Amino acid sequence: MKWSFDHDRPIYTQIIEQMKLFIASGEYRAGEKLPAVREMAQEAGVNPNTMQRAFSELENAGLVFANRTSGRFITEDINMVEKLKEELASEAVRSFLDSMKRIGYDKAKTIELIEKSIEERGDDKDE
Amino acid sequence: MNDIIMECSGLWKNYGGMQALRNVSCRIQSGRIYGLLGPNGSGKTTLIKLANGLLTPSAGKILINGEEVGINSRKAVSYLPDCVALPDWMRIYELIKFYDDFYEDFNAKKAYQMLESLNLFSGQRFKTLSKGNKEKVQLILVMSREAKLYLLDEPMGGVDPATRDYILNTIITNYSPDAAVVISTHLISDVENILDEVLFINRGEIVLSDTVDNIRSDNGKSVDALFREVFRC
Repeated sequence: MKWSFDHDRPIYTQIIEQMKLFIASGEYRAGEKLPAVREMAQEAGVNPNTMQRAFSELENAGLVFANRTSGRFITEDINMVEKLKEELASEAVRSFLDSMKRIGYDKAKTIELIEKSIEERGDDKDE
Repeated sequence: MNDIIMECSGLWKNYGGMQALRNVSCRIQSGRIYGLLGPNGSGKTTLIKLANGLLTPSAGKILINGEEVGINSRKAVSYLPDCVALPDWMRIYELIKFYDDFYEDFNAKKAYQMLESLNLFSGQRFKTLSKGNKEKVQLILVMSREAKLYLLDEPMGGVDPATRDYILNTIITNYSPDAAVVISTHLISDVENILDEVLFINRGEIVLSDTVDNIRSDNGKSVDALFREVFRC
């Protein structure tokens, strides 16, 4: 797993974003046990307190839960993961549409371009 | 929950007519990693030397674990100086023995593990090592202690980027909730991901002290970028 951080935003918010992506994409599966905070901090090259803070927020959001004796796990609630996926997808579309607007593409032109690009790619048909 | 490991209040240090530190007050808490950041000659090394008793304050107080600097505080503080200060005729294993004899909290096993992962051969004489390898050995000795306070003065000045990563990793791995780490450095962008808090020091005064997360969300820029802005020449 590869972590990458921007330099101008708090790291813990970036960890939260990337964890959400890992959960949505299935890199971490529902119910999967997570490595210890220290281990994950080391992997990401961040301060353990920062990793801890990100996990506390993910816990509050219900995406991760802690079991006192056996560690931390990804939520087992499949619906929640589905919902997260939808959220991330709409966010991505929203920011895409914002960029297109800035470039000066209107709705029709944008849709036209999307269809053309999908056709050209072809290989992602099944998804 | 976090104990105060080091506390400075109204600290002054004069060298003749030159004021190196001016009324510095700060608190270092356990379980946190601090960056002591400032331009050349701003007083970083002076502050660190006061904390381990190599210098005495002109005025004000500095307490380690609630006690004045002395034998007890030295037991609790593991210090990496900004220059090489080891008997250079010794071989690396002799240096390890030396530290082991000196410090109760020294973990020789850990030292040998780190030597191995950095591909250093313990039979080599210290003075035959390259500048970067000397720094590595010195850092290994310092980090192999199980101290309450680590004072690292420019720990990465002369080492390559891959070793820098290893050093940062070592600091994270050794992280313990009851110890604090203070890193003085110019290589801000390298360290800022592992810091909890930064202290900006300029002309002997602390001009900013905040968490990295707060600095980033308040200014919308990295600590490194803020430093370049605050200390623009």
